[in-house]
Amino acid sequence: MNKRHYFILLLLAIGVCAIAMRLVDLHIFNHEFLSAQGDLRTVRTVNLPAHRGMILDRNGEPLAISTPVDSIWVNPKQYFQNPEDITPLAEVLDLDVRDLAARLHKNRDREFLYLKRQISPELAQNTLDLEIKGVYTEREYRRFYPLGEASAHLVGVTNIDGEGQEGIELALNTLLTGQAGKKRVLKDRLGQVIEDLELITPNQDGRDIYLSIDRRIQYLAYRELKAAVLRHQAQAGSIIVLDVDTGEVLALVNQPSFNPNNRSDRAQEAMRNRAVTDLFEPGSTMKPLAMAAILETGQVDFATEVDTSPGYMTVHGKVVRDFRNYGRLSLPMVLRHSSNVGMTKLLLPLPVEDILDTWQRLGLAQTTYSGLPGEQSGRMVISPTIDPFSYATLAFGYGLSVTALQLAQAYATVAHHGINNPISVLRLEGAPAAREALSSKVADAVRNMLILQENDAGTGQDARIPGYFVAGKTGTTRKLGESGYVDDRHLALFAGFAPATNPRIVVVVLIDEPTQGAYYGGEVAAPIFADVMGGVLRLLNIAPDNLPKS
Amino acid sequence: MFAKINTLHRRDPLHHNFWNRIHLDPLLLTLLLTLISLGLVVLASSDAQDPGLLHRQIIRISLALFLMVVIAQIPVRYYTLAVPWLYAIGILLLIVVLIIGDISNGAQSWLNLGIVRFQPSEIMKLTLPMLMAYYFSQKQLPCSFMEACVGLVLIAIPCLLIAKQPDLGTTTMIAASGCFVLFLAGLRWRYIIGALICVGALIPILWNVMHDYQRGRVLAFLNPESDPLGKGYQIIQSKIAIGSGGLFGKGWMNGTQSHLEFLPEAHTDFVFAVLGEEFGLFGALLMLLLYACIVLRGLYISLSAQDTFSRLLAGSLILTFCFYAFINIGMVMGLMPVVGVPLPLISYGGTSVVTLLAGFGILMSIQTHRKLLAD
Repeated sequence: MNKRHYFILLLLAIGVCAIAMRLVDLHIFNHEFLSAQGDLRTVRTVNLPAHRGMILDRNGEPLAISTPVDSIWVNPKQYFQNPEDITPLAEVLDLDVRDLAARLHKNRDREFLYLKRQISPELAQNTLDLEIKGVYTEREYRRFYPLGEASAHLVGVTNIDGEGQEGIELALNTLLTGQAGKKRVLKDRLGQVIEDLELITPNQDGRDIYLSIDRRIQYLAYRELKAAVLRHQAQAGSIIVLDVDTGEVLALVNQPSFNPNNRSDRAQEAMRNRAVTDLFEPGSTMKPLAMAAILETGQVDFATEVDTSPGYMTVHGKVVRDFRNYGRLSLPMVLRHSSNVGMTKLLLPLPVEDILDTWQRLGLAQTTYSGLPGEQSGRMVISPTIDPFSYATLAFGYGLSVTALQLAQAYATVAHHGINNPISVLRLEGAPAAREALSSKVADAVRNMLILQENDAGTGQDARIPGYFVAGKTGTTRKLGESGYVDDRHLALFAGFAPATNPRIVVVVLIDEPTQGAYYGGEVAAPIFADVMGGVLRLLNIAPDNLPKS
Repeated sequence: MFAKINTLHRRDPLHHNFWNRIHLDPLLLTLLLTLISLGLVVLASSDAQDPGLLHRQIIRISLALFLMVVIAQIPVRYYTLAVPWLYAIGILLLIVVLIIGDISNGAQSWLNLGIVRFQPSEIMKLTLPMLMAYYFSQKQLPCSFMEACVGLVLIAIPCLLIAKQPDLGTTTMIAASGCFVLFLAGLRWRYIIGALICVGALIPILWNVMHDYQRGRVLAFLNPESDPLGKGYQIIQSKIAIGSGGLFGKGWMNGTQSHLEFLPEAHTDFVFAVLGEEFGLFGALLMLLLYACIVLRGLYISLSAQDTFSRLLAGSLILTFCFYAFINIGMVMGLMPVVGVPLPLISYGGTSVVTLLAGFGILMSIQTHRKLLAD
């Protein structure tokens, strides 16, 4: 043993001590910090997606369902560590190679980039099979709407992230979405989940929503409307089918529509749910409601006759005109001939407040609280000091604006012996919260006035359906242009119900600006009404009330 | 302390005779086998990611142990005859490898002979200290300045060739093994201090001729957090793995950082971090203790050698082994820059195990062929 050996031993001792101290430092004093650092790299909180609920029709047929799809994403940072040929990737995903390369290059400092979203699981597997570093898939759910454009406005759509954007999807988004859960997992360096550590909050799937819609009726109404709009070269159109007894909406369709399954087909114009968002002056379809209000005052006898000669009259310096001189008319005939003079003469002596009160009970110019996004309430500005002419025009449907849904609700009230049911687009599980809006005597009287008689000269002949008594009223409204009413732009309307002796179904048809052929409600809207109503009565197996007696 | 270790097996003459007859040192053998077993236990943890890894390593270690036993049978004096030739062949192979060698991990260091692939630099790890020991055993010690200069040239030739590959880790180890002989040969302190000053002065020049990745490693060592996702990543991950182990570790096969592939090179250069994570402070200190005992036993063998050649060779071999362990453990714990040096006898890989155990074979030969002289 010489000095050199002691020196070596000294160095050895120093080295061992240094390492031991460092070990103690790391293992004991920095243990918590380094443990936490380790967990930061391996322990992740991940979301447990909640499955979005289905939207179903009243019979449980699907209107909106979520199907599993995969999205392809890439970690560009990881990809560029070991770049590979992307030509096969571009081929599988049907992308342009140069575009893809440019996108990757532009995002080379990022760690997440969607390459293609919502493709079929098979295609995603093909992509993974290419085994390109940094390319991953993510499970997503894509909304599929089996009825397509027929139910697009009512059911609505979601965006690519599964959030409701329109219709029921938007209105009941929270219920449908459910509650995403959270869990803690162990992930490896490549982000693969190795082990579940704990469940933080469980996920709660979204609820299934049953609409009041009947898929068959919805489709029938849409088919008829689309054909009619095409036939008449009209701007737009809406049809509403209501269940008289419950106030449930059996169908609600609009034209133009859009394909909810195609994200590129999203023109604002086509996405409007016109039946609840668009306001119009009801025109002659208002007359039965005015008649109900007139009778409700109790100041007019049901057997009253009105002299409408000579077919026009002057009110407050302005002329109210009929189509022709009808002479003396009973109340039913006033409606059947749609006599403006008759309605004016009946209405003018009556107090404004009473009339207004009845209309408000019928729900005119008020929102129906259907819950559909964008629903408008309409406008009816009436004061006791209203001038007589403006007052008179209300009786034949000008000077107030309503939605098609409000009109349908008001007709349903007349059909339902004066009982007003709240409008519901959801399937009702119990009895509706009904309230009386008209006395049953008045309601039934108006109903009887509206029954379309065989071979009479009324305006609604084309709405008749073999085997059934049909009640209804046509309307032809001139549209408001930039400066007052325009002569060549019309709204053709028909509102009615059947079977008239025991009404079950209300249908409202609205055709906006028919340009091909006729434009009168009786000629344009009434045949559509007959087709839709006839179809509904058959589909629902409703007994005919007008079979010829053999 | 040496005497104590020494007396442990001297008490039983029969035992002593038996071990001497088969030319193995029982104490050193026990320590080596314990260390190797511990290493295999740690490696088994990596077996999950790379099935068959453990199996392959056991085969390599068995072959290396066999080689160790064979070498231990050869009296050291025979080496003195062959050593200049071995050195010449080694240098030749190093030149050949620079021309036709295979490239692996960025360094052209492998020679493919069809059946076996090996690194000529491994031969030099044993040959250089042998030649140096041989050279100085012919001289009067302590060595003169001129003799030291000759020694430095003998070191420089292989080192420059290996540095050219480039393989900084092996260069360092071989240079160290040569320098240990110089030190043990009694090189004067004034020369040593002078040389250290020179090296210090050379650092700026060295910095300029270094490869970019080597510079990056040094910078990352000085401040790993400056580039946590790049150069500093290994050191940070390794410290996390060790520190998260705590007192007794996360348990065998339960290391998250290594198993989830956050720890790079978990079964080769950074295997010590796996040990630290799974067996904690306890396991790491146990391994450190085993290394210290092996080094002490090696130094004892060197001290009790009866000729200068054996003494210098044994000293150089055991100090190089010790240096290996320090460099690797220091690197894994962030005490030293990252140099590609495996943890001796533990890290996965064949060549280093073979060379090291061959070296221990020489040590055992030195220890057990003394019996002709008085005990």
